[in-house]
Amino acid sequence: MSAALIAEQILNGLQSGMMLFLMAAGLTLVFGVMGLINLAHGSLYMVGAFLAASAAAATGSFLVALAAAMAGAALAGAVVERVVIRRLYDRDHLDQVLATFALILIFSEGTRWVFGSFPLYLDVPDWLSGPVELPGGILYPRYRLALIGAGLAAAAGLGLLVTRTRLGMRIRAGKDDREMIAALGVDIGRLYTLVFALGAGLAGLAGALVGTIRSVQVGMGEPVLILAFVTIVIGGIGSIRGALVGALLVGLTDTLGGILLPRALALVTDPATARTTGAALASMAIYALMAGILVWRPTGLYGARPA
Amino acid sequence: MTAERWLNALVLPALGLVALAAHLGDAPFTVTLATRAAIFALAAVGLNVALGMGGLVSLGHAAFFGLGGYAMGILAWHAQTYQPLQIGPLAIAGTTSMPVVWLVAIAASALAAVPIGLLALRTAGVYFIMITLAFGQMFYFFAISWPAYGGEDGLSIYVRNGFPGLNTLVPIQFFGLVFGLLCGACALAAFLRRSPFGLALNAARQSPERVRAAGIEPDRLRLAAFVVSAAITGLAGALFADLNRFVSPAMFSWQLSGEIMVFVILGGVGRLMGPVLGAALFVAMEHVLGGISPYWHVFLGLVLLAVVLFARGGIAALLTGRAHG
Repeated sequence: MSAALIAEQILNGLQSGMMLFLMAAGLTLVFGVMGLINLAHGSLYMVGAFLAASAAAATGSFLVALAAAMAGAALAGAVVERVVIRRLYDRDHLDQVLATFALILIFSEGTRWVFGSFPLYLDVPDWLSGPVELPGGILYPRYRLALIGAGLAAAAGLGLLVTRTRLGMRIRAGKDDREMIAALGVDIGRLYTLVFALGAGLAGLAGALVGTIRSVQVGMGEPVLILAFVTIVIGGIGSIRGALVGALLVGLTDTLGGILLPRALALVTDPATARTTGAALASMAIYALMAGILVWRPTGLYGARPA
Repeated sequence: MTAERWLNALVLPALGLVALAAHLGDAPFTVTLATRAAIFALAAVGLNVALGMGGLVSLGHAAFFGLGGYAMGILAWHAQTYQPLQIGPLAIAGTTSMPVVWLVAIAASALAAVPIGLLALRTAGVYFIMITLAFGQMFYFFAISWPAYGGEDGLSIYVRNGFPGLNTLVPIQFFGLVFGLLCGACALAAFLRRSPFGLALNAARQSPERVRAAGIEPDRLRLAAFVVSAAITGLAGALFADLNRFVSPAMFSWQLSGEIMVFVILGGVGRLMGPVLGAALFVAMEHVLGGISPYWHVFLGLVLLAVVLFARGGIAALLTGRAHG
């Protein structure tokens, strides 16, 4: 196994980790600030991808498609928050799980109703297609490199927003003590809508970016949703830094496990057994990672410790 | 009798009567629908032991449903192909006998629930929901990528397993078996609720500190509830596989975990008959709405949303006029 292959897989892991971070950031913010488990976050990812595919078909511009995905998903998020989600803040997690599960059904079948069951495709724009030669002679797709860049930019932007702006200050205050900031005159209802829309917009952006390398179809959101949950649970729910670390861990474990485990097993068993067992174990690796981390730290790597 | 008692006394006979009437009216499809409802109800009765009595929100019960299903699928596959199941030096012949399959399904689910429960109970709240979800996903992906028993395509079993003295291919006879097991599970749940174990478990859900102060370790109660719950859901999985004569990784999917939870909440969490009501209503809606529109999940979603937002306590609360059981 060559070093180039490993390097390429590490880049793939970083790329999927960064996209996962876009999903996980919204999920962890919504949980941290509002205490809400939102299973429908994957639906917003799907909405973003479908809007991007439609916008790209209508205008032919990739950037317009991304903007449409972000804005449309944020708007959808804001509407859903106003109509349904805000009734769930003071309910227990069980009600939240059930209500957002119902939202998934509505979003998925509704999208199938509007767009049909056939997958749509989003093309990589010309200026981002083709490979790039990296130091060491590794050829890597320019678009995937751009995804890593976009993820890093989003992480930096989110970090600045939360630590340096007034809105970020309110978000952090809302996380720590919601009664107090309401008492200080912050319109908490508007803050919640904003936070939810922000998370939805990031999910929509991730949907559009990933929809370009995979197909855009109904049900695309759920596998990512589960991975995003694994991510924030590993990182500690509510922590943005945890979401970033968790996303990179999950992305790297997933891609590296898929190629390293079968090869490692090949050292001890025959090739056929190693291939099947390795593939089976690799598909479970991130869940094992999560279970292991929760057993070691029951509230995740950066989660608040219970008193 | 209070409204709740009337409800508890009437739900199961009503389900049995529907199946019987459909049988006499020569509507075997309706009998099969009632069987499907009874199997889902059994799975939900299982989940309700953990969820309703123990307060354990498990979003991974499909793991046990699927284990039960695969217990049936694997045993029947080995029996039908006349290849013994090799476990190390041990060669086990497959079986097409339902009682044996049931025992294996119960044992496999309960055994799997011990380590899962031990690990998951180290966490609480939202982390518990997520770690159970993760365990369910582990089984799902393992079933997809493990090629020995069909992998992603699943396993078809051509003949339904047999039960001594019955022809299980006759819908009403198979319904009778499922219905009997469902009644047994409900009786067990009713017994557990009144037993010292159930009372302590209930107390541990409401105030773990007080239970600990009384000298009982809450996590041991919760683990026991989790294992019993898993065993019942596993049995339902074996029956479901026999109903469809087919097992696939979809039985491990997290949507299925979500649906089992939906049965419980739709009917009423912690109510004795809540899971049965919820599952029956779900299957009825699936049938009626599915006949109206191929996009019936939209309407199902709207109904669920309405139940969560406006009818707290589920159908049982609506019928008995009390918000908590």
